[in-house]
Amino acid sequence: MTVHDMKHAASDSARLEAVGGRLSRVDGPAKITGAAHYAFEQQLEGLTHAVLVGATIAAGKVTAIDTRAAETAPGVLAVLTPETIMELKTASDWFGNRPSDGPYSPLVREVTFSGQHVAAVVAETFEQAVAAAALVKVWYDEMPAIVDLSDGKAGDGMPIDAMTKEWGDAQSAFAAAPVRICAAYNTPREFQAAMEPHGLIARWQGDELTVWEPSQWLDGMARTYAEWFDIPFENVRLISPYIGGGFGSKALALAHSAVAAAAARMLERPVKLVLSRPQNFTSYGGRAATRQTVAIGADRNGRIQSIVHRGVNETAVDGMWVEPLGSVTSIMYATPNFSSKQNVVRVNTVVPGAKRAPGENPSAFGIECAIDELAYELGLDPLEMRLINYAEQDPHAKKAWSTRQLREAFAAGAEAFGWAKRSPQPRSMREGRQLIGWGVAAGTYPVRRAYGEAVVKIMANGSVEVESSSIDMGQGTYTILAQTAAETLGVPVENVLVKLGDSHFARAGVTGGSRLAGVMTGAVHKATGQALDELIGLGLSDPRSPFHGLQANTLQVRNGRIASPRGEGPELSIAELMSAVGRERIEAKGDTLPASTTPEERYANYTTIAKSIPHTEGDYSRHSWCAHFVEVRVDEDFGTVRVSRVVSALDSGRLYNPKLAESQWKGGIIMGIGQALLEEGIVDRRHGRIVNGNFADYMLPTNADIPDIQTISVGIPDPHSSALGGKGVGELGIVGVAPAIANAVFHATGKRVRDLPITLEKLI
Amino acid sequence: MRDFSYLRADSIEAARNAAALPGAMLLAGGTTLIDLAKCGVAEPATVIDISHIEGLNAIDVTADGALIGALAKMSHVADHAEVKSLFPAVSEALWQAASAQLRNMATIGGNLMQRTRCPYFRDPGNFPACNKRAPGSGCSAIGGVTRGHAVLGVSEACIATYPGDLAVALVALDAEVDLGERKLKVEDFFLAPGATAEQEHDIRPGEVITAIEIPGSAAARRSTYIKVRDRQSYEFAAASAAVGLELEGDGRTVRDIRVALGGVATKPWRARAVEDALKGKALDEATIREASELAMQGAVDHGANHYKIALAPRVIARAILKLGETA
Repeated sequence: MTVHDMKHAASDSARLEAVGGRLSRVDGPAKITGAAHYAFEQQLEGLTHAVLVGATIAAGKVTAIDTRAAETAPGVLAVLTPETIMELKTASDWFGNRPSDGPYSPLVREVTFSGQHVAAVVAETFEQAVAAAALVKVWYDEMPAIVDLSDGKAGDGMPIDAMTKEWGDAQSAFAAAPVRICAAYNTPREFQAAMEPHGLIARWQGDELTVWEPSQWLDGMARTYAEWFDIPFENVRLISPYIGGGFGSKALALAHSAVAAAAARMLERPVKLVLSRPQNFTSYGGRAATRQTVAIGADRNGRIQSIVHRGVNETAVDGMWVEPLGSVTSIMYATPNFSSKQNVVRVNTVVPGAKRAPGENPSAFGIECAIDELAYELGLDPLEMRLINYAEQDPHAKKAWSTRQLREAFAAGAEAFGWAKRSPQPRSMREGRQLIGWGVAAGTYPVRRAYGEAVVKIMANGSVEVESSSIDMGQGTYTILAQTAAETLGVPVENVLVKLGDSHFARAGVTGGSRLAGVMTGAVHKATGQALDELIGLGLSDPRSPFHGLQANTLQVRNGRIASPRGEGPELSIAELMSAVGRERIEAKGDTLPASTTPEERYANYTTIAKSIPHTEGDYSRHSWCAHFVEVRVDEDFGTVRVSRVVSALDSGRLYNPKLAESQWKGGIIMGIGQALLEEGIVDRRHGRIVNGNFADYMLPTNADIPDIQTISVGIPDPHSSALGGKGVGELGIVGVAPAIANAVFHATGKRVRDLPITLEKLI
Repeated sequence: MRDFSYLRADSIEAARNAAALPGAMLLAGGTTLIDLAKCGVAEPATVIDISHIEGLNAIDVTADGALIGALAKMSHVADHAEVKSLFPAVSEALWQAASAQLRNMATIGGNLMQRTRCPYFRDPGNFPACNKRAPGSGCSAIGGVTRGHAVLGVSEACIATYPGDLAVALVALDAEVDLGERKLKVEDFFLAPGATAEQEHDIRPGEVITAIEIPGSAAARRSTYIKVRDRQSYEFAAASAAVGLELEGDGRTVRDIRVALGGVATKPWRARAVEDALKGKALDEATIREASELAMQGAVDHGANHYKIALAPRVIARAILKLGETA
């Protein structure tokens, strides 16, 4: 028996609180009552307000900026331009590579996208800054812009060789296949559209910078600030205890962040800068627009002989974003021949970024629609089609799956949905003037792993504190880490206080790619185990301990009380033992890094993404899996599509908290409904400018658009994926939703819409 | 700072006097004014808060007609039992407008003054040209993103769509707007852009909307509002139709019919050609669909909004079919 081996009383509350229990969000009451303070709510003495001036052209040069009217406007403290803002150093990218040693200005003279920041006004009040910003006059020498992928000037772009995946002879096998389909699938520019906008409050005290900023990656962003201002990493403190939605967008310190921090340094006063809603559509990138062609050749029994895939995503003129379009294509189905290649095309946009399941999401839209088309071509049930070509191992890595409960997902989802009752012919199901369609699609997301650390403190009163600079943007980190520490230590969960979102806490890597839960439960489990070891060690060996002299080689902690395994001797609370041995606290820092890790590697592990562990490392290929079953109703006159039913079966391995996992899955599914039917950044082609950059015109689903969503967990613990057996949750849910809906729309109408979103004019 | 004066009017007379001041704008629910001020379109010199005037929020409904005070909240009118039974199209139009929060704040008078959602109109910083905002400056929408723009009542000066729902029902039901000295048909209160896109309403300095009057009728009692949009809630209409129908004793021949369109025109659009084609006719689906097409006479599209020409008649037809089925 090890010191970690604890057996909890099987009470209901223990089941709820243990890892795997459906504990409600521990941060919920604070959020509901307003006690949770978000970044922009900090009240600081002498706070000033900055407002940005964005370029009104998409390409060209700033030839002159007239700041006189703004400078003399009431309350204005400074008008910053490329000429007057302090010079910063160029920071390294998120892989840790520094593109140049040159200076960096977050306000630009060379404009590469509409809305790019060219000036900023700082004033005593927000209203004064807004008014003065409107007085800044900017003259441009405008150049022709490449507005999007379909622009005649865009060209074919540049190949990204690292994206090429090939085996067998895909072209020949496709040409020889008796049954073939080939189609093009497009996804538009989409935005993360978090409720909380981007922005920050920056305050300098001497050479020390404190930043309150919603962040998915405190340590990475702190590194960026440190590099911009050429100060030690330790001099930057980022604070982000609560985040109003990130969806991939809040992992980097961005140009507007640099403007605010520079202004604060120049003025020697704290500066608050919050992007307006339209600026949230131009100050950082959403999901890149993508185009794919998928060609599949099969034999007459439906067995795939070859997949030929070509993808393109847009990127910026001055920045690189690769949306890996072959990521699902290359692993979902068994095929002896495969070819996937990808180009990127530079257009005049802010550099695209991560939005929920970057890569896998559009990739699944291509392959999961294509497989549906092939099923109809063959006269096969689309679900049958998927089972015929089930990949028993990773077709690309040629490794065994760590776990792949996709077959179970298909079975459980089909059963709950009633798939067997589906009428195969398109347009064969209706209710009045509503055409009914049923569609299915699969999704997957790799298990991204990394190393993590955590500090766990056992306090004199027996309470427990967990500290980490990781974050909770609504996914439930506070809750599952409390559950992990409580279970590992053997204390009630209410005795555990989890502190997150401060870069001075134990370090953490990026919260993205669904890696945080696996990383942090592992780190907290380890740190708590160390603290428990120390507690028990004290209990056994300290002469002042009531357990001293017992012939026990370990002690048990249950529900916060310590006893010997056989029950002889005393039973003490943790506080009583701490008091007896005269300890104020036990503090343990646990990490999952290899023992040989150097300080430099440790720093790089938390401040870059260069050290994440490949999902195909070693003998296994690790992924989460899901199957979505969707019913749509399409008005035959109006072309309006409403999703009336969703049943999704998902394999995220072991769930640390099923309630929170279901919530994340459903959030992803809802986001997928928006992607399928509503979301699209619409560009005015004359100006290269997004014209629907606000929440009235950029369509996101409302409650009325969302039906009852049933999620079914089919996962089993996956020991190869994480310490506690979980796989990724947050990104998975969205992957495959859009193709399931598109497939359902085809089944309803007989029309195959391959360009998202599926708006009504595409169906009338 | 964009400073402005704030006046609170305690009487309708005070409101009228203040409304005659140059640069004055009325504040009722604030859902349009504050929104437009934030995007830099509305820059009032004086804001006259009329929301405290007593007695302007009454809702009186009889079989003869409805009298709805200008300060009645959208949500109150939508949920009013007699409005629902005697003027269902009005209630349905309101329920499908905006969001619950907005309906709880916005007033009926203010709703009539709602301005277009044309993205070019609403973004003066990036699109200086707009004949609505700056007469003679041009139209940024023509040649731009036009998916939501109008196909009826457009001019070379402006193709901005009238976005509202309520006024479409009011136009169908021959409602009048009470401006104090004058009463106008709601249909005439709204102006198509022509060469003067900046003039959206027939309202003069010093005039204040005090009430809306809707005459009762059999067509009003059997009326409906159908709104089509990509999103189920909280979106402006791709196309909408308000239809009132009165049938002869045979239960299928049209005695009276009123048809108005939303989401496709520069003002709430009465489709008299459809009405004329159906009066005295026995209703069947083919007849209804054929007549509904007449609503699109003179329609002009700008590419991305072409679908509205196909969509709008189908919305009309659906509304008539729905009312016919309840015969």
